[in-house]
Amino acid sequence: MEFTELLLNALLAGIMLGGFFAALAIGLSICFGLLDTVNIAHPTIIVGAAFCTFLLNDVFGIDPIIAGILITPLFFILGLGIYSLYYQFFEKQSAEALRGLAFFFGLLFIAEVVMIMTFGVDHRLVSAPYIGNSYTAVLAGMEFAIPYRLLAAFVVASAMAIGLQLYLNKSFFGRATSAVHQDMMALSLMGVDPVMVKRVAFALGLSTCGLAGALMIIVIPIEPAVGRFFIGNVFAIVVLGGLGSISGTLIAAFILGIAESVVSTFFGPSWAPAVSFAILLGVLAFKPTGLFGSGDTR
Amino acid sequence: MTRFLKSRMRGAIVVSLFAAAFTLTTAFSPVAQAKDTIKIGFSMALTGALAGGGKQALEGMKIWRDDINAKGGMLGRQVEFKYYDDQTNPKNVPGIYAKLLDIDKVDFIVSGYGTNLIAPAMPVAIDRDVVFMGLFGMNNNKKWKYEKYFQILPAGPEPAVGFSSNWFKAIETFKPKTIALLAADAEFARNLKEGAIINAKRAGLEIVYNQNYPPKTADFTPIVRAVNSKKPDIFYIASYPNGSAGLVRAIAEVGTDAMAVGGGMVGLQFSGLMAGLGPNLNGILNYDFYVPEPTMALYPGAADLIKRYQNKVKTEGLKTDALGYYLVPWAYAYLDILGQAVNAVGKIDHDAIAKYIHKTEFTSVVGKVAFGDNGEWTTSRTIVVQYQNIKNNDLNQFAQPGVRKIMYPEDIKTGTTKLFNSLR
Repeated sequence: MEFTELLLNALLAGIMLGGFFAALAIGLSICFGLLDTVNIAHPTIIVGAAFCTFLLNDVFGIDPIIAGILITPLFFILGLGIYSLYYQFFEKQSAEALRGLAFFFGLLFIAEVVMIMTFGVDHRLVSAPYIGNSYTAVLAGMEFAIPYRLLAAFVVASAMAIGLQLYLNKSFFGRATSAVHQDMMALSLMGVDPVMVKRVAFALGLSTCGLAGALMIIVIPIEPAVGRFFIGNVFAIVVLGGLGSISGTLIAAFILGIAESVVSTFFGPSWAPAVSFAILLGVLAFKPTGLFGSGDTR
Repeated sequence: MTRFLKSRMRGAIVVSLFAAAFTLTTAFSPVAQAKDTIKIGFSMALTGALAGGGKQALEGMKIWRDDINAKGGMLGRQVEFKYYDDQTNPKNVPGIYAKLLDIDKVDFIVSGYGTNLIAPAMPVAIDRDVVFMGLFGMNNNKKWKYEKYFQILPAGPEPAVGFSSNWFKAIETFKPKTIALLAADAEFARNLKEGAIINAKRAGLEIVYNQNYPPKTADFTPIVRAVNSKKPDIFYIASYPNGSAGLVRAIAEVGTDAMAVGGGMVGLQFSGLMAGLGPNLNGILNYDFYVPEPTMALYPGAADLIKRYQNKVKTEGLKTDALGYYLVPWAYAYLDILGQAVNAVGKIDHDAIAKYIHKTEFTSVVGKVAFGDNGEWTTSRTIVVQYQNIKNNDLNQFAQPGVRKIMYPEDIKTGTTKLFNSLR
């Protein structure tokens, strides 16, 4: 019974943790998965959003999730600007994606320094009634506790994934974004400006940083360099899920979250990263395009 | 002479004039004039996970520099710093110290903040045969046995054991039988846990859980549940700031039946985390070195120094720890001891300075300091505090007595250790 209770709690915690990972990775699924822009600065921009959330929470007492929603348009506009620069200096010159990596590395360092100079280096946390508390339930004699902050991450990430998937499937721009990933030339022959589509899509990917940042500062303490902790994770999730697949990113995040949680519980936390990346390598060995990838083996 | 040769000669004359001008100006340049100063070089965590401590340490060091320069400096020469941000990344440290010694030609080196950033500098210091003052390093000299290394960390002659021995003494009245141990997978935390294991065995405790966690761990609830499944009487944690905050939160959310929780949780002494975690800290029993309790008057000068630091933060708008209790007195002291030794010896002679430091009991803002053969303190003065009566997330309460009550040592205690859950 104790083993079952521990296992079920580990699975639940893993799903919640997966939700948090998904929130961090979902924007990158668009930027990197669909648009082939290696935006290594994505986690750092999320940290920037986390600091904005901290400001709104600390100065105005705004709930972190509400703050995340409020700053989302700002990150959309930021995304438009960043992509315009990237296009001008790299894509327009027909540079390969890896050359654009230098641009995003530079963006990462600039963003970190700006945060250090603006906010300092101390760790920041936000306060809200649900942070530090859990939803508890007793079922069949077993006690379950889900921290509200992780539950919030799971709910918001799932809503973001569903919303984005619907957008990509049902809206004109969404279908155009999928089309630009498949065949840019064909799209332009149909009278659609692929650069404009990519700009909007990139901005959409970056706009997810608003809510992702809010979730980040709800789940963990932040300081300007904390984004570097997640670079490996977010790219692994996007690749594992399959480039360009939002639902794949969500599933991959859940898989890695559950793996980390179960391994930490039963085999020791030190093994968790090794098992997570072993799963990634194992999947790629049998399905190089990732779980739900479309056949592009970039 | 042809026009070509004339222009070549003109060019040569111009180049010669430039070379002469350059030589003359560098002879009187600030670099040449810097020979009149004593340069102290170091790396410091100004960004990254330990920057919360590194930045306050640097400000404490600057206050010392200004103080000593106001009194005439070292050996009659003004002190200047040469430092670089190690980004809390041990890989950056050897290169920084090689540059400081070989290119910047500093007269002295001192360490950055923390075990992980001192360890990679040790081979450089040993190779150059220079005095090396360490700031809050755990057992960095155990392997090297370097006679010119001196440590400002009041953990006593066996730091890994001494650091946690007072914690175990503080919970003796609970009569625990079992212990769970968790440490971050990093040098300091692992060393600390090894010392705690020795103390646990000496106390006759059965170890029911003993694991390390990767520093990048985001969610600690599975780990806390795994610990709880072993039903330990006490839960000893050696962690870094991210992990300390994550564990405090996870324990608040999942709960624990352990009678005592804490130990070596770095970061809970930083203002940002104290204010952010607020009442979740109640009951945590942790190490500290200086807290605003009335009995800390045993460190003459520390209270005054901290007030000066806090004013400096306010007036200069520094983006650093607002309170400065954790590192400022110690960062001041490790330079102060070096300064006293250099002035006493009367010259830059690292052998003589090291011998002097070994044989002297210094008076500093952190009281009397004497070093043993391995460069560690001859006596342990780590204090154990329990967070109590934290009402909200207001930082000011942590600047008052009564919130971090001293449980051990007995001669300065201001409270009684209470069961963890009785304070939640």
